[in-house]
Parts: sequence; structure tokens; C-alpha cells
Amino acid sequence: MSSITRRRALGVAAGAAGAAAGLALAGQAVAAPRAAAPAAAPASFDEVYQGRRIKGGPSGGGHHGGHHGGGYSVTIDGEELHVMQNADGTWISVINHYEPVATPKAVARAAVRELQGAPLVPLTLA
Amino acid sequence: MTVRKNQATLTADEKRRFVNALLELKRSGQYDTFVTTHNAFIMSDTDNGDRVGHRSPSFLPWHRRFLIQFEQALQSVDATVTLPYWDWTADRTSRSSLWAPDFLGGTGRARDGQVTDGPFARTGNRWTINVRVDGRDYLRRDLGAGGRQLPTRAEVDSVLAMETYDMAPWNSSSDGFRNHLEGWRGVNLHNRVHVWVGGQMATGVSPNDPVFWMHHAFVDKLWADWQARHPRSTYLPAAGTANVVDLGDTMRPWNDVTPADMLDHTRHYTFDTAA
Repeated sequence: MSSITRRRALGVAAGAAGAAAGLALAGQAVAAPRAAAPAAAPASFDEVYQGRRIKGGPSGGGHHGGHHGGGYSVTIDGEELHVMQNADGTWISVINHYEPVATPKAVARAAVRELQGAPLVPLTLA
Repeated sequence: MTVRKNQATLTADEKRRFVNALLELKRSGQYDTFVTTHNAFIMSDTDNGDRVGHRSPSFLPWHRRFLIQFEQALQSVDATVTLPYWDWTADRTSRSSLWAPDFLGGTGRARDGQVTDGPFARTGNRWTINVRVDGRDYLRRDLGAGGRQLPTRAEVDSVLAMETYDMAPWNSSSDGFRNHLEGWRGVNLHNRVHVWVGGQMATGVSPNDPVFWMHHAFVDKLWADWQARHPRSTYLPAAGTANVVDLGDTMRPWNDVTPADMLDHTRHYTFDTAA
């Protein structure tokens, strides 16, 4: 497990425009100075979005081995969504791997839209 | 000698042979091993940890080796087949012949994104999505969803103009040619094309869509084009870089090939146009 410096993505709307805001941020965040000390993890969340229960927060022990959210985990209806934080603080998931967004909640919501109701299958890492 | 051609120039017979070789690799189970390998690297390559296949200097030599291995698998089925490339700066709409029913089939239907025509439609029973991250076992696409645009030739040229191959910190925040071509920074070339196609192509199991190979064959050609423009530039870093594949380090999963071994594509194939 890599030790990814977590940085709170400040000032980004977490509403329906979250994904779009994240895209805009992704182009600029590279220039933002990295915090010298690890900043606080992104806020936890727990909500129903388009009929799916999405949760995010610091991961306890016992999660699957292949995720790189830097100690932060996201689930959709109880199944873990593999998420990863980029060096500029943006986030991606295995469902939306090539399009960074600003926050773990935005990445969970993007996954819900992409899944169109389909269940996640348990993570495997060959 | 293997010559990789622009997909737009393939004859009907070349398209048929390419499709049939793909379907045979799928039937035999070999195809899905490539999807599994790619997803394993996508999930384990991290900006601050070990990184080999993506978000790192070895993105280009890793995919070059991966495509050579895949092309050799195709050629074990039909020795006349080579990987075509998709120049998405030229064939940039869902009306391109690339997406016709005699080749890759078109975009997905609105209801569930399912591709319903062409050889890879689920209904043909020859292309089940087995290596997947969600419950859906059919190929999906959403070409150009939301009015997204593929990169233009001018955007490609702006990236090809960058003299330096890659720069510290050798990850998704780097300046330089590699990261701009990969797309984590700047005008965004490679990443944006994955997103434009949508469906499985936007996920960690993107090789489930056969267009993956044609997209990466073009990204690979752009690396060759860049080399031709910048003969004094070379792969970086040279040595001694933690978590990163240096010029002479071996790459997982093969462990017997280095970026240095991959610099000259003409040892393995040429393109239909001079690089």
C-alpha cells in the first residue's frame, strides 16, 4: 500500500455539478502547492444517490488488498468501489478510470451514473 | 514483416481476418488474460508507489510490449493479421467506418449502453464480458457522450512539440511529452479517447473493447512520431529512480524486457507511413 498524501479538495461544490467541477479542477490542481504535512482526509459521506447507497470514509482494517485511496474507502450498496487519489488531489475509480474528479463523493456519484443500476462485483487483483 | 496500417485503409478482407482472429482469441480464453493483466496494473500503479503500466515513464514502452504480445497472439491464429491503428484526430465521429457493422459495430443503445450490432454485440454470443467490475456481461459504448470531442491534430502537434520525454516526479503530475500524451495533464490525448468511447473503455477493464488495441496502436505511433521529431531526446529517467522503471530496468510482468529494448519499434513492426 502506497502512502498517498491526502489533501482536502477545498471549495468544490459537491452537488450534481461535482463531476464537472472536478474536471475543471483537474486542469489546475497541478499548480497547487503540496502541503508539507499530510492534510486531513476528505470528509466522510453517506447518502442515497439515484437509488444507490454510497458511503465514503476512512477505511478500517480488513478491506480488500488492491485499493489505493490512501486509507479512504468508498462503497456502493455495500460493495467496495476501487478508488485512487492522483498526485494533484483528484480522484478516479475503476469505473471511471481516465476522468479525474475532485472528491471521493464525486467519484462515487459518477460510478452510480455509469452503472445504470448494475451491481459492483467484488474487487479482484490478479 | 509486420506493417501496422491505418484502420481506415483496411480492405474488407483485412477487416474480416482481424475480427475473426479477435473472436478466436476470445473463444480460446486467451483474450481475457490480456484484460486481466491490464486491470491488475491499472489498479496497482499509483502516483506515490510502484508504477509501471500507467502514470509513469514506462506507460509507453509497457503498452508497446503489451501490444506486441497481443499482436503475436493474433498472428498465432492468422499470420496475416497485424494491429491496425485508429487515428482519432482524423476519424473523429461515430459515423466513421471504424464503427460500422462489418468492423467494430457502433455505439450503445440509450437504455443500457449495450452495443447491438457488429461482431462484438452480446446477442451474437461470441463476445461475453467475463473480466468485469460490475454485473453487466455485454459490451457497452457511449461514443461522444455529452458532446465530448476527440483530440484535434493541432492538439496532437502541440504535444509532439514537447522536447523532454518525461520529468520528475514521473507520475500523473509530471510535465513533458509522456504525461501530456497520456493525458493526466494539459490538452489530454490518450485519457480523453478512453472517455470519449465510454462503456468498458472508460474503466480499468478497457481492453474488453477491441478498439483498445487500435487506440493504443495510434498512441504508440505517436511515440514513434515524437522520436522522429526529437532525435536528440530519449527515454527518461536514466537510472536510480525509486518506484519508477528506469531506462535499463526490467518491466513487470515480463521481467525480461526494458524500456531500452522497446525504443526502436522497427525491430518488431513498421507503420504504413514513415514515422
